Order: sequence, then C-alpha cells, then structure tokens
Amino acid sequence: MAALTKEETEALIQEVLEVYPEQARKDRAKHLAVNDQSLEKSNKCITSNRKSQPGVMTIRGCAYAGSKGVVWGPIKDMIHISHGPVGCGQYSRAGRRNYYVGTTGINTFGTMNFTSDFTEKDIVFGGDKKLAKIMHEIEELFPLNKGISIQSECPIGLIGDDIEAVAKKANKEIGKPVVPVRCEGFRGVSQSLGHHIANDAIRDWVLENRDGDETFATTPYDVAVIGDYNIGGDAWASRTLLEEMGLRVVAQWSGDGTIAEMEKTPKVKLNLIHCYRSMNYIARHMEEKYKIPWIEYNFFGPTKIAESLRKIAALFDETIQAGAEKVIAKYQAEYDAVIAKYKPRLQGKRVMLYVGGLRPRHVIGAYEDLGMEVVGTGYEFGHNDDYDRTIKEMGNATLIYDDVTGYEFEEFVKRVQPDLIGSGIKEKYIFQKMGIPFRQMHSWDYSGPYHGYDGFAIFARDMDMTLNNPCWKQVKVPWKTAESSNVAVAASA
Amino acid sequence: MAKLRQCAIYGKGGIGKSTTTQNLVSALAELGNNVMIVGCDPKADSTRLILHAKAQTTIMSLAAEAGSVEDLELEDVLKAGYRGIKCVESGGPEPGVGCAGRGVITAINFLEEEGAYDDELDFVFYDVLGDVVCGGFAMPIRENKAQEIYIVCSGEMMAMYAANNIAKGIVKYANSGSVRLAGLICNSRETAREDELISALAAKIGTTMIHFVPRDNVVQRAEIRRMTVIEYEPTAKQADEYRQLATKIRDNKNFVIPTPITMDELEELMMEFGIIDQEDESIIGVTAAAEATA
Repeated sequence: MAALTKEETEALIQEVLEVYPEQARKDRAKHLAVNDQSLEKSNKCITSNRKSQPGVMTIRGCAYAGSKGVVWGPIKDMIHISHGPVGCGQYSRAGRRNYYVGTTGINTFGTMNFTSDFTEKDIVFGGDKKLAKIMHEIEELFPLNKGISIQSECPIGLIGDDIEAVAKKANKEIGKPVVPVRCEGFRGVSQSLGHHIANDAIRDWVLENRDGDETFATTPYDVAVIGDYNIGGDAWASRTLLEEMGLRVVAQWSGDGTIAEMEKTPKVKLNLIHCYRSMNYIARHMEEKYKIPWIEYNFFGPTKIAESLRKIAALFDETIQAGAEKVIAKYQAEYDAVIAKYKPRLQGKRVMLYVGGLRPRHVIGAYEDLGMEVVGTGYEFGHNDDYDRTIKEMGNATLIYDDVTGYEFEEFVKRVQPDLIGSGIKEKYIFQKMGIPFRQMHSWDYSGPYHGYDGFAIFARDMDMTLNNPCWKQVKVPWKTAESSNVAVAASA
Repeated sequence: MAKLRQCAIYGKGGIGKSTTTQNLVSALAELGNNVMIVGCDPKADSTRLILHAKAQTTIMSLAAEAGSVEDLELEDVLKAGYRGIKCVESGGPEPGVGCAGRGVITAINFLEEEGAYDDELDFVFYDVLGDVVCGGFAMPIRENKAQEIYIVCSGEMMAMYAANNIAKGIVKYANSGSVRLAGLICNSRETAREDELISALAAKIGTTMIHFVPRDNVVQRAEIRRMTVIEYEPTAKQADEYRQLATKIRDNKNFVIPTPITMDELEELMMEFGIIDQEDESIIGVTAAAEATA
C-alpha cells in the first residue's frame, strides 16, 4: 500500500477521533499528529506526559514500575524490597530480561522477589517495624548483598510510613547503603515520574558516597554507560565497542550494574546516555554538581552506531578518534554481510512502532539500514523533549501518537496496513490475530541483544523471520478478501 | 422481634460522645433492649464504663497478635458488660503511624462476616472518632450500616461548626443510601440560652434537639469509678436525664436528610445569640501590640 499523504494522514486522525465524546476528542486530538520535519519544537504539534483519559485502553505503567522495574531493579548486587502488598513485586518479577552475571541468591538478586508482604495489620499499624526487621533478615540470609533499596508501593504513601528514618537507622546498623524510594504507584501520570523519583534517590542516597575519596585511580578515558538496561545482553554488546575504541567503561547503569559502579560514576570524564527518558535527570545532576558532560548516543543499526562512535570520540583525543574508526572498519564486513543478506528480503517494508523510553526513535535507523521505513511511532510515557528528538528521525506525513489508546492504534493499523508492528506484550496478540507480523520491542520477544553490531545481526534476523514467516499467509482476515480490499481502495482513493 | 436499629454518634472531639453513648445505652438496656456498642476510635475508650475496664482489647490489636483478622473468633473480641451490653472496640495504631481509618473498616467488616449483628439485637451504637478525617471513619454510615445519626454538640462555637460539618457529610451518604440525621443531643456546657440555641440550629438543619442533657458532676464521679451514672447511682437526677434521652431515641421517628447551613448563616445565628460579636473588619489581623499603640 502506498504511503499516506499529509492530507490523508490528517483525515485519518480526524476520522479516528470522531467516535470519542467531545471532551475526550479534544484531549486526544492534542496527542495525535502528522509529522512535519520542518518543525523545531514538538509542542507545536503534540502534547505529552498528561493524564490518560478514563475509559481508554492505555498501555502505561506506574511510578513503582518506573523505579523498581526500570531504574533500580537491574542493580544486581542490591536487594530491592517491594514494600507493600505482595502483588506489585511478584507480578513484575524477572519479566524484563535484564541479564546479569552472578550467582542468583548468593551475590546477585536480580530475578528474585523481596517483599514486605503487607496485610491488613501492616496497613492499620504501619509497616516501619516490619521493614526494619526485614532488613536484618536480609542481612542474615543474604550476607553478600551490597545494599538495600526500599521501593514504595501505593499504601506506603497513604499511611505515612517514615521509610527514610528506617533506612537511616538500618544503614548505621548494617553499614551498607539503604535507599528509600518514594515511588508510590499513584504518583504522576505514568512510569515516567518513577524514573525521575528513582534518579533523585540515586542523587540523594548514592552518588555522594565517595565524595572526597580519591582512592579510585582514574584515567582520561573513563566513561559511564547510563540508561542501558541490558535487555537480552544489550549493554554487553555496547560496552565492547566502547572498550575497543579505547575508552574505559567504569560504570554501567543499571543493566548488569552494581552499587559500587554507581558510587564511582562521579569520577568519570563523560556520561554516555542511551535511554535519555529514564536517566537524563541524573546526567544533568552530575553535569551541574561534578561538571561531568554527558551525551546521548544510539547503538541501534550500523549507521547510528558509527555516527554515535564518532560523536563520542570527538570529545576525546586522536587516539580515541582513531580507535572509533578502527572499530567501525573492523565490523564493516560483518554488518555489510547482514545488510546484504536481509535487505533484499525486507526492502520497502513499512513498520509501525509504539514503545517506551527511547526506542520509538532510536530503532528507526536500524530499520532504515535494512531498507525499511517507520511510518508511525509513539511513546507510552514520553515528554516533549522526546518528541523534539523524533521529528527529524521520522519521514514527513508519518503518524505520531502519544499515549495511544487501544482503539486508536487498531484503527491506525487497519488503515496504514504496515508490514510489521513493534510494540508490547499487550498489543502483540491483537495484531497477530489481525494477521500482521509483530515483534515485542520491550523485551525483544525473548531474543536480543539488539544493541551494537552483534545486536544488529540478531535484530535483522528476527525482523526477517517474523515478517517473512509463512504462517501469515495462513491467517484469513476480512479486509484481505477481494471484496473488502476493493472497499479499502475506494475509501482511500 | 423488631428490626435492628443501627445508630452512629458523631460530634466534635471531647464533646462527650463516649460518655453520653454509654449512659444512653445503659438506659436502653435498662428498658429491656439488647444493645451492642462498636467503638470506632483507636483510643478504644468507648466501652470502659460498661466493662469497668481501662481499655478493652481491640479487634485490631488481637488481629495483629494472631497474625490476621481472619484468625480471630467473635468471642475473642466481643465482651459483655453491664446488663449484658455487648462491647467491641475496633482499635487501631498509635497516633502518627499506620491508618486508623482502615482499622475501622477492617473491624466492621469482621463483625459483619462473623455474624455479630444477630437477630437478638435491638440496637447497635457506633461511637466514632471526633473528626471524620477520611473514608474509614465514614464506614459506619455507609450502605447497610448505621441509618440514624445523632450528633452530640453544645452551645460552644466550635461544637456547632462541627455539627454543621457533620451534617454536610451525612448529606453525601444520605443521597446515595438510607442514612439519615436523627437529631442533635445537646451535652450542656452551660453557655447562655444553650437549649434555645441548639434547638434553633437543629431547626435550621432540618432536625430537632432530641434532648438537652444538663451538666452534672455525678457523671465525673461515676466515670472515675469506670461506671455509667445509670449503674453507679441509678436514683440520681442525671440518670433520669439519660433515661429520657433513651426513651426519646427509642421512640424517635424523625429521620431526615439534613439541610446544612452556610458559614454566614451559622455565624448570623451565633451573633443572634451573642456567641460571637458582629464582625468588626477593622480588628482583623491587628496584633495586641498594635492595638495598644493605636
């Protein structure tokens, strides 16, 4: 199907909005836009980071998900207590595929669930005493832990427990960092505020721990990788490239990360930010307090990787700049072969995305390297600075949708008829039943890594095996019968 | 037997809700009624005069000890006192921790599930914490709970403010359920023309002053002995006052959706009775020191 023109895309948005009652229509209209590359600022065309409308199917999470699930959870040598009733921790346990090295239950704890398991009596009488007790039990049962974080679930904020006081006391008694995080799920409009709260907790309870301690021997090439959650091994595939170009990665947050790495991050020369949305706050803080510059980079697909490697290298000396060129050259045969193999099979295929933090814009380049086009994209919990960074990446007249509702997404897909959709687990089966190839782009559909040159090979293979899978020909969908396709042509004519 | 009547007693903190409730309930028991008191206050002082106890062991403290409220039996929490009056306290946390409101909800749900509201009962009285600070303390007046609300008040300004505010709260639940305002109980502080004032306030919010309970030191003498006046000195004049209140409540049929008044109307009423002076704009925000130099 041919690409929609600007007018057709505008008409499509209007048509989709029509079913809403007036107030919802007015609100949702602000979150849907036709991309215009000439705009410098996204606030001219889209509104984001607002409360979702009641009654729509939003895909957003909560502040607890943003802190425990995203920022803190992957710090592998700490124990993260889901403080409150059992469900929040148990149903989010080990679901994000942030890989780590270690012996789970001995010196790493990433896939385990620790909870204070609140019952009625803890709500009524408060949970501080129980929390204090838990920390001593943890210390006894898991003595190799390097610290504890307290991830607040909703009731903590309602009953006014003083988790900061408990944390301070436990820190003195145990002699390890104990970090209280006020990430109660009802705060904010999405998981985004949870990221911010988690960043603030790192700022207030971790980063200063080694201020004034000069025992760590630094080099001019020390960098920190921040905002890579090592989904399916992403951070590992990224780190090797940075190291090969001559940099020393002394800290990696938070995928496969440790509290010691966080604590020594203020000693680095440059912070490298992959997921801007979830970690920009702490990067800005370190810039202000420790004068550490930071840059965003993108390790999806060879074009963006080369661009990013050169951008990073430009901030260092010639050795590093030469190193970057060496890395790009070293892998060229490899990624050229990937492109040679898959591009002919994927050329011209159209993709619609709807994901979280950075991927709605960061993976566009990787698809383009394979000859594919992203014709619609949107963020679950993005802010306008995310959309500012998206406008130039997307083609003119493509669809942009913020906090898209289940209804809108389905209607857009029906009309745009992409060849592939990349979104989350809740969208997956709906679109597969519609006969459309689908990749889960939060957890890489149990695959990965997708970052770096190694990741690109896997990414290309996965897109091909999904898109060109013979199973899709077996799925009968109403609009692909002769009669209805005539109707669709007539409607778009 | 007659249908169980569930009544809740609200009013400003310290106005005498618990004392009035226990004396009133004793008088109802004397009249041959089966009555239960449910204390809905973490302080757990709603049943001490009936049980001659310092503070009854509460549902929530027993639940905390046993592990959870499901581990409790009704007989663990329900104590019989003077004339077989059944007593139960919801209990709750120390001030400043946890959620007392949730304690009330948990406790009342427990009583319902365990069948505390049996066929033998004629009356249940909920004695509720002074300020309805959150949903938990409104639990007794939700659907299928108390249907009659009695507000204890006096001729003091803040007590009347509180009474009017409580009436506002009742309107919310009255429109969605069957709870009704059943009257004001004036627990006298011996302010000027107190009975007239409370009668006038009652009329304005659509109800009546069901009884004027005079001040009498025998109440304090009885209380020191952890007893109601009815039990301590049944022949006292004050005991008869509580008996009159009990009889009036037993025979009460005047259940209304209240018509709370505005602050201006309330202040006007108080001015009329000389509780507050005509507002003098010129003194607002002027300190004593400034007044002295003026």
